Amino acid sequence: MSWIEFISQPWHWAVSGAAIAGILFLMTYIGRSFGVSMAFKNFCTIAGAGNKFEFFRFDIKEEYWRLTFIAGAVVGGYIAATALASPEAVDISEATINHLKEDYGWNYPQGDGFLPVDFFNFGNLKGVIISIVAGFLIGFGARYGDGCTSGHAISGLSHLQLPSLLTVIGFFIGGLIMTWLIMPYLLG
Amino acid sequence: MKLGLNFILGIVFGIIMTKSEAISWFRIHEMFRFESIHMYGIIGVAVILGAITMYSMKKFKIKTLTHQLVTYTPMKLNVKRHIIAGSIFGLGWALMGACPGPMFVMLGHGFLIFIVVIIGATLGTFAYGVVQDKLPH
Repeated sequence: MSWIEFISQPWHWAVSGAAIAGILFLMTYIGRSFGVSMAFKNFCTIAGAGNKFEFFRFDIKEEYWRLTFIAGAVVGGYIAATALASPEAVDISEATINHLKEDYGWNYPQGDGFLPVDFFNFGNLKGVIISIVAGFLIGFGARYGDGCTSGHAISGLSHLQLPSLLTVIGFFIGGLIMTWLIMPYLLG
Repeated sequence: MKLGLNFILGIVFGIIMTKSEAISWFRIHEMFRFESIHMYGIIGVAVILGAITMYSMKKFKIKTLTHQLVTYTPMKLNVKRHIIAGSIFGLGWALMGACPGPMFVMLGHGFLIFIVVIIGATLGTFAYGVVQDKLPH
């Protein structure tokens, strides 16, 4: 087995968790904080939002490192989906597969098991509208909460921060409301 | 300076997020339905090892490449803000099955619809910048 084949296998969750802690260590070691959602604020600043609103007024040069990191994440996604792709679709639980079939009429797997491509595609207006609304909620919530999953759930919790714990509890309140109470109406 | 290093770390991040399947819409849906340990295991292990690592770096005064000690600037505690902001974020996270990091990784996978999601997130960030004075902080 070559090392590419070795990495290409699906990873056990404990291996993945350790790898994410490794990324947190490396980011900290090179003197950066681990946070992605600030990129959206950078985009606003680049688009000129700083001319009218103080919140977006800062020196974008200070943020080049983050934009570079994010460009790397796109390339990493491409490499992982091509050279390092698993031979099989994501192995989700039987219970979830049955629920998708019974409640939404969705088949599984769809594509490689990363996105419900039958729903989220440019040919489905509902999927496009949901994409922009979901993005809006994520962008608004991340800035109001001063951080997203990387900043709060990984970095903040690792630094034992109570505000991060409360924010993560909020992530789950919103996520559970969406999954159990709203999505059945949107997708069912 | 060190931009190349950030780029390489970004690539590693993209690969890890993919291989962990944490960027899969289906994994996030499964997590919020409590139908698998997968995501809880990932977050649990990451936080436990992350906490040990951060504690050790502070305890043994390990300097970063920028010659600084590891510190963390705490946020001002405001229970209402954390819960409301987190909930708004969570609504979008569950719906799209992706948080900000994964949006960019998924774009790299070739799912171009994430351009729409990223535009949405940028608009949401802009909206916050406009109305922030009216929100509890």
